[in-house]
Amino acid sequence: MWRAARSGGGAEGTMQQRWGLPIVAWPSRLRPNYWDGVALPLVLGSVVLLAWASRQMGAPYRLGETLAISLDPRYLPEYGLRTVLRMALALAASLAFSLAYAAFAAKSRRAEKLLIPVLDILQSVPILGFLSITVTGFIALFPGSLMGYECAAIFAIFTSQAWNMTFSLYQSFIGVPQDLREAARMYHLSPWQSFWQLEVPFATPQLIWNMMMSVSGGWFFVVASEAISVNGQDVKLPGIGSYIALAIEQRDLAAVGYAILAMLVLILIYDQLLFRPLLAWAQRFKVEAITQDEIEPPWFLIMLQRARLFDLMRSVVDAAAVLLSWLARRAAPRRAGVQRLRFGAAGARWADLVWNGVLIAGVAYAIIDIARFVESEVGLHEVLHVLLLGLCTLARVVVLIVLAALIWVPIGVWIGLRPRLARRVQPIVQFLAAFPANLFFPVAVVAILRFHLDVEIWVSPLMILGTQWYILFNVIAGTLALPTDYQFVASNLGVSRLLWWRRLILPAIFPAFVTGAVTASGGSWNASIVAEVVRWGNDTLVATGIGAYIAEATEKGDFPRIALGICVLCLYVLLFNRLLWRRLYLLAEERLRLD
Amino acid sequence: MPDDGRLICAEKVCKTYQTAETPGRLVLDHVDFSLHEGEIVAILGKSGSGKSTFLRVLAGLTPPTEGRVAYRGHTVEGPAHGIAMVFQTFALFPWLTVLGNVELGLEAQGVPRAERRQRALKAIDLIGLDGFESAYPKELSGGMRQRVGFARALVVNPDVLLLDEPFSALDVLTAETLRGDMLDLWLERRVPTKGIILVSHNIEEAVEVADRIIIFGSDPGHIRAEIPVSLPRPRDVTSPRVQQIVDEVYAILTTVPGREPGRRGLRGVETVGVGYRLPAASIQQLVGLLDAISAPPYSGRADLPHLVESEHIEDEALFVLVEALQLLGFAQVAGGDIWATPVGRAFAEADLQTRKQIFADQLRRSIPLAAHIRKVLDERPGHSAPEARFLAELEDHLSEEEAHEVLETMINWGRYAELFAYDYDRGVLSLENPT
Repeated sequence: MWRAARSGGGAEGTMQQRWGLPIVAWPSRLRPNYWDGVALPLVLGSVVLLAWASRQMGAPYRLGETLAISLDPRYLPEYGLRTVLRMALALAASLAFSLAYAAFAAKSRRAEKLLIPVLDILQSVPILGFLSITVTGFIALFPGSLMGYECAAIFAIFTSQAWNMTFSLYQSFIGVPQDLREAARMYHLSPWQSFWQLEVPFATPQLIWNMMMSVSGGWFFVVASEAISVNGQDVKLPGIGSYIALAIEQRDLAAVGYAILAMLVLILIYDQLLFRPLLAWAQRFKVEAITQDEIEPPWFLIMLQRARLFDLMRSVVDAAAVLLSWLARRAAPRRAGVQRLRFGAAGARWADLVWNGVLIAGVAYAIIDIARFVESEVGLHEVLHVLLLGLCTLARVVVLIVLAALIWVPIGVWIGLRPRLARRVQPIVQFLAAFPANLFFPVAVVAILRFHLDVEIWVSPLMILGTQWYILFNVIAGTLALPTDYQFVASNLGVSRLLWWRRLILPAIFPAFVTGAVTASGGSWNASIVAEVVRWGNDTLVATGIGAYIAEATEKGDFPRIALGICVLCLYVLLFNRLLWRRLYLLAEERLRLD
Repeated sequence: MPDDGRLICAEKVCKTYQTAETPGRLVLDHVDFSLHEGEIVAILGKSGSGKSTFLRVLAGLTPPTEGRVAYRGHTVEGPAHGIAMVFQTFALFPWLTVLGNVELGLEAQGVPRAERRQRALKAIDLIGLDGFESAYPKELSGGMRQRVGFARALVVNPDVLLLDEPFSALDVLTAETLRGDMLDLWLERRVPTKGIILVSHNIEEAVEVADRIIIFGSDPGHIRAEIPVSLPRPRDVTSPRVQQIVDEVYAILTTVPGREPGRRGLRGVETVGVGYRLPAASIQQLVGLLDAISAPPYSGRADLPHLVESEHIEDEALFVLVEALQLLGFAQVAGGDIWATPVGRAFAEADLQTRKQIFADQLRRSIPLAAHIRKVLDERPGHSAPEARFLAELEDHLSEEEAHEVLETMINWGRYAELFAYDYDRGVLSLENPT
């Protein structure tokens, strides 16, 4: 009744905002508007395309058959679609995984003890390593079908996204303000309700930012994981990554150019249709008051909000949510104290002891198992050799980060001091970071071959080609955040150029720089697997390093050596992070924060 | 239902905070309390006296370690239906509109959508928020946000309303308006609520609103005094009868615990130990207050409520400063008056360097922690010691967070008095001055 009475105007009635974009009140809602003219073909078109592409994924296939990939650029839209679909599935899987994993880790103290360190290690496992290990398993899961290969590729992309998103969610979950938690309990929200109404919304802005970052990284691995070698057999899943792999085999520089162009368009579409709208929409979940740099609503979000078609879809989603929460209420009758499971004090201590015991036993077993495996399959001598290879790669990473810092810090500061310019440059840098650098590898290889350059040195820049942008991006952001007062003070005191760098700029941007450099170094380690062995037709350039070791073992299907290489690489990344980055991080947190 | 007119009844409630590393720390010590039908009870106490913890125990948000809380005769084992709470920080969900926030409690109870909407709109109307239904909390001023907090509480038709310093994040004018509106709703019986507990640190607010005032003492939290307020309403805050009670409350709250007569002799002869929770008073404010007391119009002796008004300080800040001045031997308090001691007067008249000297003397004489730190530094070779050492000692008596706060205060005072130096980067206390 009241609904009819209150729904006259346009703007009011934006209620029930749990998940949605604002609903426009009923009567006008029934009338389609011109935004629907854009929305309807878009929606129907994507539905049809998705249906077609997913049918292709399950096509029958037997190892040894060659999948016809054509270098004709007319096929690129199709390949692009297949690639995008893989990306989307991986993203959806990452989202589901991270929600469940983070919720579990945040709710249970005991699970936390296991899950968080595991996540920390998973994060440092090279992503292409996952691909090498899991592909055989996935193939066995779907015999005689392409689905197994698709799953392996999607899984590789998943591993490049999930950990980062899970960490972000976990951090947000445990950071939910105490007063909001108390309010939720005081007003009797069930655990299910407060998960969806409090914890998830609270985590949303950070999650979406992290998703965007993850997808940026994901493009790199989409390209790398579509062309899989299993036991010396090449499988090329239709997609942009396979297209470029074929272009490399056939030494077709024009095709490489087409692939780069196609990728550009794909990333632009993802950015415009998915992330710009999501970022703008997520503003509402921020707890702080409105800030100055409010994001302008992008056109796609406006369309979503205006087109009636989406209101209809929203109603369906809403109804499903209501049904779900009703089911959840049925399934889990309300407990009086909505808290973690509680034992008596003595019982809890025993349970802790048992749990710790189980953890220690598990770790001990794993260590013995790994040692036995390595000893029987590869021998101690080779382990030492691989450790040395790791040192080579480590040297590359360190030198590259230093070089990148020397180049990008001055440029970033220069840009950051000009806010108008910075605002225009930042999206471009973000775009560069998202662009899969491996598409440019052939160009570099051609150059190395043409000018007879030293492989050991000139292959290295490839490792940081894609990740150096994180340094630039963060330095710009750090400089932008520097209060202008400080600069006034500096110029007022007549501070010299050198002193200005040492006393003002470098300390001020340090925290931001560390964040960027951590990301860049992590990315470089990952990239070493594809960057230390590069090809152009029959020419193969191999640099000494652990990445090359893993890549070659993968090609031969030499499982013990893949495992050894990955373990050692993992170890280096963990140690590097612990001994260097974490300390710098703490230093930045403690001393050099601006607030 | 055993109805003896008591809505909430707490018996011998103790609360101990325990972490894996430290032994339990008592924050509430045998608190007996009941809320009767038809009354507003205000709970006053310094920060850290456990009054907020006690409210959370009553709310069922945290279980008591010992003792029992009953709501209408039933033991409270979690947030009970019938009890609603309003938070100091409003605790609104920023992603929900005003209407969404108000509907939240009803939605959780599974109230059908139409009824939910109707009741929420009524509550919004009642609290004077109509027209703002579709606004997000971040679009609203503090006062309006807290109105949403009240609407969210009232919409579930609570029997008991728990107010956790609901006005203290608001400016004076806004707080006064909202307090008046809330009181009107209560007095005119326009809400079904049967009893209200208000935790506050504003003494005038408590006297204006409450039928009964409970004063909490610190370390561990306990009920120190209970003052019935049976003045007719509406109460004029400036009237002598109200002011008399305000004075009485000030007198109780500003007496240093342990020096008052009749206090359970927990600490024996020495009233302030090494692990005493030093009030986090800043040097600037301490000096400022002492100067103000010494100068005209007070000329050495001041009435505390007057001082609050003339120096524009909040009650809570005043308690901190007054306690520090007493501990340092610069001032004494009795019967709601504060006066400077001879040392305090000498300090006020001295120049900067002499002030530091006097302050150092008083620190070593009256603050055992200061004397202890100095002694350790004097004795150790190299005359330096890591802060972790003192933190560990403090954590025998205090929580980790409190230990950090106390040491921070101590370092501030010690630096001012040039009693010792502190190197932030290394976390080391020493006798050296930076060269």
